[in-house]
Amino acid sequence: MHPDDLSFIFLNAFIINNFVLAFFLGLCPFLGVSAKIETAWNMGLATMFVMLVSSLCAYGVNILLVKFDLEFLRLICYIAVIASAVQLVEITIKKISPVMFRALGIFLPLITTNCAILGLALFQTFKEYNFLQCLAYSAGAGAGFTLALMLMAGLRVKLDLADVPSISQGSAISFMLAGMLSLTFMGFAGLGGH
Amino acid sequence: MNESSKRSKPITLDTFWRGVWKENPVFVMVLGLCPALAVTNTTFNALGMGLATLFVLVCSSALVSLLRNVIPKQVRIASYIVIIATFVTIVDYAIHAISLELYNALGAFIQLIVANCVILGRAESYASKNRITKSVVNAAGIGIGFTFALLCLGTVREILGSGTILEYPIFGDAFQPWVVMVLPPGGFFVIGAWLLLFSWLKERKQRRVVQQEEAARAPG
Repeated sequence: MHPDDLSFIFLNAFIINNFVLAFFLGLCPFLGVSAKIETAWNMGLATMFVMLVSSLCAYGVNILLVKFDLEFLRLICYIAVIASAVQLVEITIKKISPVMFRALGIFLPLITTNCAILGLALFQTFKEYNFLQCLAYSAGAGAGFTLALMLMAGLRVKLDLADVPSISQGSAISFMLAGMLSLTFMGFAGLGGH
Repeated sequence: MNESSKRSKPITLDTFWRGVWKENPVFVMVLGLCPALAVTNTTFNALGMGLATLFVLVCSSALVSLLRNVIPKQVRIASYIVIIATFVTIVDYAIHAISLELYNALGAFIQLIVANCVILGRAESYASKNRITKSVVNAAGIGIGFTFALLCLGTVREILGSGTILEYPIFGDAFQPWVVMVLPPGGFFVIGAWLLLFSWLKERKQRRVVQQEEAARAPG
């Protein structure tokens, strides 16, 4: 596969360089909302949706910034774009599906401070992706985030039944689990072929 | 905690020290994990990241505290983020000018300081409610605590993963580096191990207190 292929870009963000397990982006929701499978799924979907919207907006904003030679404002613009994208998504979901809005409710505003989304916007700028590549990259990153979150939630549901030493209860054992998950994901590194 | 009583309290050593130890952002509050794990594969990177965060934390806390009566409540989060993003841009350009090596090693993670929840958390929960000197002292404590935590992770990962401290070899030639420690899984394992150590120490301390109480209560 060529590194510029859309399928490779998707796969790369999805499993080879998973945002959570290889880049450590979005760890707060990864550990915060992975206690139940259902909430993990909702959070994953919401994040994926915001990623798609904000990645495309960031792509447009970057073209404008480069045109007017204002690259030093990139960070401030991106964060503003993400905050508005989250707001937009919130309003849209509220209008279209009140049921889903209630299910996601508290998680939506939290997405603004998810560094995976800002990271996605910055990485796609560094890699100089075109419009379609950005689309594939953000879809892959969102799917990868959801996958990692779901896997972790599944493990933690099982962990509740396990008899672990009292000192490792809480975040310590979660980190160990995340490490093992990350170790397994390293196995996908060969998939890229380089 | 009661906010009004907190505000009336003068600045004490505790204002500073609490952030370093009792409320350590990484080990106790488990916040700001993305930079804490992503760039701590060497001590040097950890130090650079810690100091960059310290600078942004102190400056943004000072500005937020100064503007706390001006910023309307409805748009406060957006305003804080713009303030933080401004200082992060300064740090980004400063590191680029000072050390290109560090800039390349940290990559996008310098700009990702914006999304570090420790900084926004301080702005929201402390700087927006306290006077400037107190906010700065508290932010400095948190920043130093963050740097300390990053160094804890960075040194362990560098010693185990490449057998060096600040690129100075400490083991003989026969040392076989434990490569996984500088790779992503190592970050999770090392922070997990530190948390285990801290909770073991805490539990041991609690047990000792209980034993002393029992000994005091026992007759004779």
